[in-house]
Amino acid sequence: MTINGWVQIGLFALVVLAITKPLGAYMFRVFEGERQPLRRLFGPLERVLYRLCGVNPKREQGWKGYAAAMLLFSLFGMVVTYAIQRLQHILPLNPQKLGPVASDLALSTAASFTTNTNWQNYGGESTMSYLSQMAGLAWHNFTSAAVGIGVALALARGLTRQPGPGGPKTLGSFWVDLVRSMVYVLLPVSLVVGLVLVALGVPQTLSGYRELTTLEGVKQVVALGPVASQEVIKMFGTNGGGFFNANSAHPFENPIPLVNFIQLVLIFAIPAGLTYTYGMMARDRRQGWALFAAMAVLWFAGVLVAYHAESHANPALAGLAVDHRPGNMEGKEVRFGIANSALFATVTTDASCGAVNSMHDSFTPLGGLVPMVNIQLGEVIFGGVGAGLYGMLVMVVLTVFIAGLMVGRTPEYLGKKVEGREMKLAMLYILVFPAVVLTLTALSSVVGYGTSSLNNAGPHGLSELLYAYSSGAGNNGSAFAGLNGNTRFWNLTLAADMLVGRFWMIIPALAIGGSMVGKKVAAPGLGTFPTSGPTFAALLVSVILIVGALTYFPALSIGPVLEHFAALAGKVF
Amino acid sequence: MASASKMKQPSLLDPTIVRQAAIESLKKLDPRLVAKNPVMFVVEVGSLLTTILWLRDRMLHPAGAAPGWFTLTVSIWLWFTVIFANFAEAVAEGRGKAQADTLRRMRREIMARKLVGGREVTVEASALRKGDVVVIEAGELVPGDGEITEGIASVDESAITGESAPVIREAGGDRSAVTGGTKVLSDRIVVRIGADPGESFLDRMIALVEGAARQKTPNEIALHILLVGLTLVFLFACVTLVPIARYSSIGLSATAIVALLVCLIPTTIGGLLSAIGIAGMDRLLRKNVLAMSGRAVEAAGDVDTLLLDKTGTITLGNRMATELLPAPGVRVEDVADVAQLASLADETPEGRSIVVLAKEKYGLRGREVHGAEHAFIPFSAHTRMSGCDIAGRVIRKGAVEAIARHVAALGGSMPSRLEAEAARIGDSGGTPLAVSDGAIVLGIIHLKDVVKGGIKERFDRFRAMGIRTVMITGDNPRTAAAIAREAGVDDFLAEATPEAKMKLIQAEQAKGKLVAMTGDGTNDAPALAQADVGVAMNTGTQAAKEAGNMVDLDSNPTKLLEVVEVGKQLLMTRGTLTTFSIANDVAKYFAILPALFVAAYPELAPLDIMHLASPFSAILSAVIFNALVIVLLIPLALAGVKYRPIGAAAVLRRSLFIYGLGGVIAPFVGIKLIDLALAAAGVI
Repeated sequence: MTINGWVQIGLFALVVLAITKPLGAYMFRVFEGERQPLRRLFGPLERVLYRLCGVNPKREQGWKGYAAAMLLFSLFGMVVTYAIQRLQHILPLNPQKLGPVASDLALSTAASFTTNTNWQNYGGESTMSYLSQMAGLAWHNFTSAAVGIGVALALARGLTRQPGPGGPKTLGSFWVDLVRSMVYVLLPVSLVVGLVLVALGVPQTLSGYRELTTLEGVKQVVALGPVASQEVIKMFGTNGGGFFNANSAHPFENPIPLVNFIQLVLIFAIPAGLTYTYGMMARDRRQGWALFAAMAVLWFAGVLVAYHAESHANPALAGLAVDHRPGNMEGKEVRFGIANSALFATVTTDASCGAVNSMHDSFTPLGGLVPMVNIQLGEVIFGGVGAGLYGMLVMVVLTVFIAGLMVGRTPEYLGKKVEGREMKLAMLYILVFPAVVLTLTALSSVVGYGTSSLNNAGPHGLSELLYAYSSGAGNNGSAFAGLNGNTRFWNLTLAADMLVGRFWMIIPALAIGGSMVGKKVAAPGLGTFPTSGPTFAALLVSVILIVGALTYFPALSIGPVLEHFAALAGKVF
Repeated sequence: MASASKMKQPSLLDPTIVRQAAIESLKKLDPRLVAKNPVMFVVEVGSLLTTILWLRDRMLHPAGAAPGWFTLTVSIWLWFTVIFANFAEAVAEGRGKAQADTLRRMRREIMARKLVGGREVTVEASALRKGDVVVIEAGELVPGDGEITEGIASVDESAITGESAPVIREAGGDRSAVTGGTKVLSDRIVVRIGADPGESFLDRMIALVEGAARQKTPNEIALHILLVGLTLVFLFACVTLVPIARYSSIGLSATAIVALLVCLIPTTIGGLLSAIGIAGMDRLLRKNVLAMSGRAVEAAGDVDTLLLDKTGTITLGNRMATELLPAPGVRVEDVADVAQLASLADETPEGRSIVVLAKEKYGLRGREVHGAEHAFIPFSAHTRMSGCDIAGRVIRKGAVEAIARHVAALGGSMPSRLEAEAARIGDSGGTPLAVSDGAIVLGIIHLKDVVKGGIKERFDRFRAMGIRTVMITGDNPRTAAAIAREAGVDDFLAEATPEAKMKLIQAEQAKGKLVAMTGDGTNDAPALAQADVGVAMNTGTQAAKEAGNMVDLDSNPTKLLEVVEVGKQLLMTRGTLTTFSIANDVAKYFAILPALFVAAYPELAPLDIMHLASPFSAILSAVIFNALVIVLLIPLALAGVKYRPIGAAAVLRRSLFIYGLGGVIAPFVGIKLIDLALAAAGVI
């Protein structure tokens, strides 16, 4: 580890901290304000969209209505994306004359982008036409992020609203949240930052791939395309699906360290900002900062371990005549180095983004354990856009329950009682994730369809399986890419993994909002413990760690942990 | 006040109860009973599975099976885990049953003297129905719950309350209720029976302490969901580990996986949960409070606002005459003389206290007044005066304004000095009564509310718990404020009518607060029903007792403090043991996981941070610890975690430190010790 590395990590933390409040306050005004900010600029577009879609922005929905709208909208997008891929050979914007995408791959890709996962079982430049990229995939980069924000807002409204007896038990309008996310937040930032990326060297063109002659005199096809526009929303919407196969390690997606830094900040921007928005909704900003603090602590722990692990040479390569001093450089880009690779791996898995600027598969066992555990903790360390907040709020409900009992009072959060129904829903939310991940991992580890896709034997192979399904259900999308995912088995199981991990978790989260919104609110007293202080944040961190660690530790101990100790003992598989 | 001679208090692990419970815990192995507790049901299924595995291995000797002694030992300890949990529940129930037996002995057949058309008929108490009227004389037992319609008697209620001093019960007013099984010590009373057989107070009490009437409380249900959820998570983690390990060429024996699963699921809290609930009700009963449901006890822990009647709660029941103030030119002895005359026929406590004051302070003996020349004028709400007409003298005492009006009508007037005195008394929280003889006002009697000793400290405790106290009184705001100040309550409601009381409760509830109140009178009944926690005094009327959801047998209104503490203890005990149970898993992982894998992968040896003797010893030690910790925690589950009113944040920090951090560390120590013991005994 170097001072230089830590300064960069510290700078990143400072910038995220600095934008949390202004972005959070802006989003509060957009979603909860009487009058939206920058109304003159964005208002007309917002109103046109409402009129076009026949949305009455004043009409709110209960949790069931919200969930139904969200599901229908997602299903519609998924079907359209599937169709575009299957028909891309007869649709325009296909200068490379790429053929139709295979049905199982098209399905897993449609599921992947609909669920904000962006797991890619294909190389973008060799599979997807420009239309598929721009209309099929980029569409979801925006809308799946907007859906996440909407669900988080709906749950937050359930917890913070005080409609009073007989008041409306609604959680907002899905359509309004969707339109406002797009018009006021996602599109403007993407437009501005996209142009910055272009200025910093990221390509943006609709012309075909270039054929160039290299210095060695060999002909090479260089893939191009509308990269910058895709790149910014890939990060800002925590999508992570790269334009190119190499994702953010590709020099056209992520040419220089400054672009890398911008990408990192984009990943955390909305998730961090939403904690502040939440604090404002709760009429107590410390509530938001407590969540931010819990997230920040877990983020820092991840960076520390990953950076530390990667700063040491890979024991498996000890005998080779290379310079081991910088640490484990295998699979990392020289222009980013160890610190920025470890930071990127941590941030992208904390936030369910899944973009990569280095190969997680090539990390040391412990370095690779960090991204895997980040995902398995439930994608709540800032988490996906919106998904991080609603995931964290479910963990808060669980923590409040345990803490509430310990102080001898029916547990309350923001003055509302947490009772059997909420516990049922929270446990359902918590159960779905390990159930789907562990079941599919177990299945793939014993059937030939699963293991035949592995490039590595031994515990590393197991890590690849476990990582794949964790990443899918966690809607992350990054991979231990030693795995060939483009088989019928993997396409189908991953599609199921991603869909369950997204929607079976969103529905209980929305239901908690619906169940909490109408509850009586009691003023806090001496008998209620504050949910804004360091004690609570620390307890929240412990609950997240314990729930996550207890679930996955058995499997991890014969995956990365075994690999680590075996490597120390000089054993390879 | 609470007395030292409470209901018989069995020691925590009374040998008779333990013996009974040991037998019960085996009977409770019935899967239909265990299935009510999913966590323990998983353990029982695991026990059965390992037992079958052992039998299979013994008969078939399959290759690669775990050693027979290991499977057998694990199986035995898994059975013990279920039995220990059953034992905890049985002990808690046994303590209740011991009390129920004592109570039942009281219900032995009583003969009642039923009044039928004015004639006495002797019938069995069990034949009495609601509405029957019975006569009870000194030395007889009260045959059933009811209300005195005639007479006054001293009653020994020690059978119910444990309080040996007899209490006075009299017809009319708020002290008219008698309870079946209590003994009349003096006089003769006529009682109208208020409950059919099987519904009496005693019956309900027996049902409650035996746990027959126990239902799961809302928080208990929510916690159950959490525990079942965690159990399912661990079920997934353990079952999927078998194929995942097979990928890594590790064969896991079913015994080892069952052991891992049982150690991870929250058996500690799962096994003790129902014992905690039963013990909570039991603890409350020991404090002589009878709760009609566990829900009410839990609600007591959440109380935000407490409404207390001033009279009898904050002050010593009744106003007492403390001083006589003569009008200018009148001797104080004359005031005493007239005041006594005016009060001789006044049987109210105030009236009696005037007679007592006249006798003790001014040496006036009580005199017999009889004959036609006396006409007693009882108090009426209309005139607000009472007194007597004796030998042509019109003697009256009453509210100052009322007497002023009375003498004005007769041509007299209220001396201004007395008016000033009256105002002063009112300001200090007292009540002035004027005394007149004809048209002359002789003086003023100072009636004073005496605040109970130690009450201020109790209110301080309430405040520390975060509970706001509100005094309810019919006094005017000035008087109320003075008493409120003296007693140290947070707020007061003066000139309270039943409607005002209701409104106050509803207003607090609308603010999301949980309201508790105590009451005894019939006019308290609607408010008791409206409050979230309504504690009726045992001395109170039947209506009040039925409206509330708890009855305090000691009739001590500040008993709510203890009720609140029991409610909080109940939740805290569950919460802390849940935390402890989950925190324990960390150490169990470090014991069992290396044991499972180290044979195939010796490189994992560093994970065995406890350096346990062997893989078999490691698994066995974890299983044994897991079983023993249930037994070790039974006393805590029964006694409850101590509640300290130090503020929720501090309580949370404390609990996290003791049960969270302690829960992580304790099993490391425990498992290592068991492992050392097993190794020393040469078992492994």
